[in-house]
Amino acid sequence: MTEQGGQGSGSVTGAQSLVTSLEAAGVTDIFGIPGGAILPAYDPLMDSTRIRHILVRHEQGAGHAAQGYAAATGRVGVCMATSGPGATNLVTPLADAHMDSVPMVAVTGQVGASMIGTDAFQEADIRGITMPVTKHNFLVTDPADIPHTIAEAFHIASTGRPGPVLVDIAKSALQAQTTFAWPSELHLPGYRPVTTPHAKQIKEAVRLIREARRPVLYVGGGVIRARAHRELAQLAALTGIPVVTTLMARGAFPDSNPQHLGMPGMHGTVAAVAGLQKSDLIISLGARFDDRVTGNLDSFAPHALVVHADIDPAEIGKNRHVDVPIVGDCKEVIAQLVAVLQAEGADGDYEAWVAFLAGVKKTYALGYDAPTDGSLAPQYVLERLSAIAGSDSIYVSGVGQHQMWAAQFVEYEQPNTWINSGGLGTMGFSVPAAMGAKVGMPDTTVWAIDGDGCFQMTNQELATCAINDIPIKVAIINNESLGMVRQWQTLFYNERYSNTDLHSKRIPDFVKLADAYGCVGLACESPDEVDATIEKAMAIDDQPVVVDFRVHRDAMVWPMVAAGASNDDIKYARDLAPQFDDVQDDWEVRA
Amino acid sequence: MNESGKHTLSVLVENKPGVLARIASLFSRRGFNIDSLAVGPTEHPEVSRMTIVVDVEKSPLEQVTKQLNKLVEVIKIVELDGPGSVNRELLLVKVRADATTRGAVLDAVQLFRAKVVDVAPDAVTIQAVGNAAKLGDLLKVLEPFGVRELVQSGMVAIGRGSRSISERPQRPVAVPAPASAIAT
Repeated sequence: MTEQGGQGSGSVTGAQSLVTSLEAAGVTDIFGIPGGAILPAYDPLMDSTRIRHILVRHEQGAGHAAQGYAAATGRVGVCMATSGPGATNLVTPLADAHMDSVPMVAVTGQVGASMIGTDAFQEADIRGITMPVTKHNFLVTDPADIPHTIAEAFHIASTGRPGPVLVDIAKSALQAQTTFAWPSELHLPGYRPVTTPHAKQIKEAVRLIREARRPVLYVGGGVIRARAHRELAQLAALTGIPVVTTLMARGAFPDSNPQHLGMPGMHGTVAAVAGLQKSDLIISLGARFDDRVTGNLDSFAPHALVVHADIDPAEIGKNRHVDVPIVGDCKEVIAQLVAVLQAEGADGDYEAWVAFLAGVKKTYALGYDAPTDGSLAPQYVLERLSAIAGSDSIYVSGVGQHQMWAAQFVEYEQPNTWINSGGLGTMGFSVPAAMGAKVGMPDTTVWAIDGDGCFQMTNQELATCAINDIPIKVAIINNESLGMVRQWQTLFYNERYSNTDLHSKRIPDFVKLADAYGCVGLACESPDEVDATIEKAMAIDDQPVVVDFRVHRDAMVWPMVAAGASNDDIKYARDLAPQFDDVQDDWEVRA
Repeated sequence: MNESGKHTLSVLVENKPGVLARIASLFSRRGFNIDSLAVGPTEHPEVSRMTIVVDVEKSPLEQVTKQLNKLVEVIKIVELDGPGSVNRELLLVKVRADATTRGAVLDAVQLFRAKVVDVAPDAVTIQAVGNAAKLGDLLKVLEPFGVRELVQSGMVAIGRGSRSISERPQRPVAVPAPASAIAT
């Protein structure tokens, strides 16, 4: 055992140095699979009493598990894989984590230093491959570089705008003798994230907030990553400004709060879309004006001034012109906005605006039509799941219709209880990410909400869950098709269903599949079985549970702003546009 | 340099393997065009300096610099404007020159304060240093003799006056306490 602060032990292998470095970085859980080049690291890993290594069934599962772990706990998620195919299987999770700013470190083995560049067995230039999809990456060939590289990797992954960092280590470096010395300081001359906002910009933002008549707080995933939900609650309470939370920010502000308009964007609520579109001041907090939020950019929120706060200066002004840029950590930014508003007076007059939006929210509440044939509506399943599993559970979704319904119909009250693949849109995210979340939060109920298409991409991790005592629950929203693609075919391709029919009510039998994986398999086909089935699943806590909710296949996600269309053209339901022209006339554009 | 849309960026980077690939990959991924790029050492052994000429309008230029700044190994970026800086490119050009034309070619070399660095019976190789405009003018004069081969470096540039862009001290970043993971 060694001490902190640059002290070291005697001669150890690079592999031992790696394991000790990971311990020093505070790692307690790693998801991974061994293989030739990383093999030396797995030997000392076996003796580590601090690190639990969970053997997954596919490296993509390891990567998504690390993401789920990080998103649920706020700590850095760690995955490990061998060279070549092991490493390339991590590319999707790395790209996913990069898009959604998930703090994650991937450690990969590389062929021996003398073999690099020779097209050796299982050689892939993973550093080159992952350059565009990681926050930073390293190739280590000298064992002496292992401790400080690991320290730098964790520092970079977890600070500033969080993101994935890959550390590729040559097998020869793992096998060589070296000394372990944990650095007391890091040499990163080009890495200095700005966390404290400029006071002048805060003052300017406050001036706009006080002058605005139709302001909106546009809350993004940065608020969750910065753990700024308490500050946000203060700001909202102090000003009374309506709040929208993006797909990545669901849970940053309680859904039960009347000020909350819901999620904006392509499948957002009419109130949230209108709240942005018709506002005169958008206060963007850790959001990035993604195309799924803005719709057609040229016609997005045409009368709004923009205050844009983000820890990543490159996001500010990237898509939308900004009037007041604020570079800083959301927690500090919001706290300072609150402080200055308290000092100067949060005396904005938003009464007419708040009343208008409350009317829109009431008139165009989220809803759906129950199928007339008595079959199961997917939205109903999610409503009931939310009611029964409650806001203390963690919900982890895949990508597609079920993801949107889970974002719409589950009520989120706390941050880090909603985990999904927002930016990259990775089908297959749900089961392994739920597994990671459960490892990080073992005392919390974790529901994977998955589609039948997504589920079939990564369900092999059920074996990992069953064997390693990771009792997640999986709700398969089984509409026997690639539902979101099918919805677009219905709307934009004359109902020509090219290659979207998965036949998953016939093959596979999800109940038998769950059983084969050592999980409890349940099926539910009618609305009156839903509550009992969910309660049964909730009662099992010593085994993973998979529930096959066999839902109506023609259900569609509404509201919807078609891709590339203006937010003004939001449809509340098919061929049904909301009407709010009467109220609009009162608002002349501010000079 | 003075054409609209062209900007010269001086980029100080850590002298580590893979940095050039990282920067080239960023430009390609974000769809920015590089006109020219030159890399070399600086007065600090751990720091390299790149001079990158990009062809973009003002608002994408801001994205270029912000995205470059996000790279961990990029230490500092300064835009050098034409009047405030000295910029130079190096040209080596092999021009046909026999006994009858050699005199005229050498006159051109003298006029442009260029240099002959190699001579063959039917050709001379000329070295010239200057900004893009001057080298362009020289080539126009040489072309009638017959240019057999030419190679040109990327532009390097430095700000005028006594200020240096690389003076900033490079303090190490303190590591946050690495948990209580290691027992004492």
